[in-house]
Amino acid sequence: MNKAIIKVSELRKDYHVGEMIVHALRGIDLEINEGDFAAIMGASGSGKSTMLNILGCLDKPTTGEYLLDGVNMRELNKNQLAGLRNKKLGFIFQSYNLLPRTTALENVELPLFYNSKIKAKERKERAIHALEQVGLADRMDHMPNQLSGGQQQRVAIARSLVNDPVVILADEATGNLDTRTSYGIMELFQKLNDEGKTIVFVTHEADIARFMKRNIVFRDGRIQKENAVTGRFKATELIEALPVEEDFES
Amino acid sequence: MNYTNLTKIATNALKRNKFRAILTMLGIIIGVGSVIAMLSIGESSKRSIREEMSEMGTNMIYVLPEAEQRGGVMRDNSNVKTLTLSDLEALQKEVKNITAVSPQVSSGGQAVNGNNNWPTTIYGVGASYLSIRKYELEDGRIFSDKEIKTLAKVCLVGKTVAENLFPDGGDPVGQTIRFNSIPLKVIGVLEEKGENGMGMDQDNMLIAPYTTVQRRMLAITHIQSIFASAVSEEQSDAAIEEVEIILRRQHKLKEGEEDDFVVRSQAEMLEMVSSVSDMLTLLLGAVAGISLLVGGIGIMNIMFVSVTERTREIGLRMSVGGRGQDILMQFLIEAVLLSIMGGVIGIVFGTGLSYLASTLLNMPFVIDTQAVGLSFLVCSVIGVFFGWYPARKASGLNPIDALRHE
Repeated sequence: MNKAIIKVSELRKDYHVGEMIVHALRGIDLEINEGDFAAIMGASGSGKSTMLNILGCLDKPTTGEYLLDGVNMRELNKNQLAGLRNKKLGFIFQSYNLLPRTTALENVELPLFYNSKIKAKERKERAIHALEQVGLADRMDHMPNQLSGGQQQRVAIARSLVNDPVVILADEATGNLDTRTSYGIMELFQKLNDEGKTIVFVTHEADIARFMKRNIVFRDGRIQKENAVTGRFKATELIEALPVEEDFES
Repeated sequence: MNYTNLTKIATNALKRNKFRAILTMLGIIIGVGSVIAMLSIGESSKRSIREEMSEMGTNMIYVLPEAEQRGGVMRDNSNVKTLTLSDLEALQKEVKNITAVSPQVSSGGQAVNGNNNWPTTIYGVGASYLSIRKYELEDGRIFSDKEIKTLAKVCLVGKTVAENLFPDGGDPVGQTIRFNSIPLKVIGVLEEKGENGMGMDQDNMLIAPYTTVQRRMLAITHIQSIFASAVSEEQSDAAIEEVEIILRRQHKLKEGEEDDFVVRSQAEMLEMVSSVSDMLTLLLGAVAGISLLVGGIGIMNIMFVSVTERTREIGLRMSVGGRGQDILMQFLIEAVLLSIMGGVIGIVFGTGLSYLASTLLNMPFVIDTQAVGLSFLVCSVIGVFFGWYPARKASGLNPIDALRHE
């Protein structure tokens, strides 16, 4: 049995909106194991974004426990949480969030800047390695505006890999991309997962969720159902099956 | 915290927005530049005035009659008759701290030589006047005691007068010119001295024995002022005191009565001019300082805009492990770098400006190192002061909200 990277029990999150209390999460129990590739699904307002924020140590639960790689995040202060994010987590966003007018390489280096143990030389080497992993080693001097959406997201993925995190958290990572490019990104995720990366992927698209090993569906702040994916999509095969878009080839 | 990394982050952020950085620095550049230029130009103009004023005489002291009030009417100084030749003799004999003394009477008029004429002033003085006022003879000689006694119709001409009365470049010495219809034989030409500190042409003058001007031109027996040289600059205060005591005795002034004369020294005048120019420098410096302040506020504005504009960037930085204090330091370093770079460029700019000004205005080039140091210090302080608030705002952002910011 793989060890649990994420262990959540009885997790609740309440928001105060004026006089009202919004119960965003109403008792979540969840385990994500090493090597897992889980989709967190659900309609908007289901609590999946709140869950991701808490998993990403950007927000604290109202009650309940959250152990990330054996560390109980309730016991940590703001700065320690930042350190945890820096060393154990990788974030991927829907809108890439790359720094404008900054080369791909420098964008990938960004998390390492906040780790004072890593010197400039190692920082660069690791960033280059991460870009190689996502197949963009030849674009490292390109600015974000010189890259396509898919390439920008690959740079963002490289950025999430560069600190060798225990888990990668992706928030609608394919939401801004067309089908073919989305499949390309999913192919990359599947490759990374095959290499042993643990990935939690928030999405509302059912077809994207089928690339993963496990689907967790949220509804009204609770886990509605949880199941292993049967008939899992293989991105490589699907891309080959896609019709050739001749219009764009010429 | 790793300052090397944070400085790198801050410089990268500035490099990404070069144009905005330059615009932001502009306020500081102009502020620092003008502070340095103003203080330096003030200092060099003070020096140039000092230099020019010391050209006016050697430790000069001069005595003027004080205008008396008669029935509420202030009288023109030149008509006051309180200074007499016996005062002069008394000063000559008794004041220990002066080396030379000369009376002065003057009259304005037209100097004529053949077809050429020129408006000028004739100064009736003693032979020691030249050394007191630092005039040199270019040609000819000064008049003798005998010529003074005999009211000789002789004169020395200043360069401006010589050039205008003898435009062909002929030697004026030995020629006879007329001043207010009185023929005067030119016995010497004065060396050119240029303008004095007040911009007056010191070469537009004739010099004659004081007796000649007194009797033949003005028909008076009193003298209008007395010029003397103190032994040294340090002794000029002592000399003034002596002169005052002797003149009070001469004028039979009782205790409690006010002086009917004024004694002034070059040192006093220097101080006066210095204090005026110090005041001006201070004023200009203050105005420039305000522009520096405005520049600082400009930095704050831009940093605020920048924090808002880069909210997502801040959120991203926080999500990849940037702590609040890292974000704070980044923005603070950006602000300080902006103001220090602006300061350095401003120092170069201000130095260039004061060099230009001193060259154009023909003044000595002085750089007020204190001003340079001060404005550099002020820059750094401005950077921290005006950078702090926006930086605090940035560091206090909630990463979740910051990431969602549109």
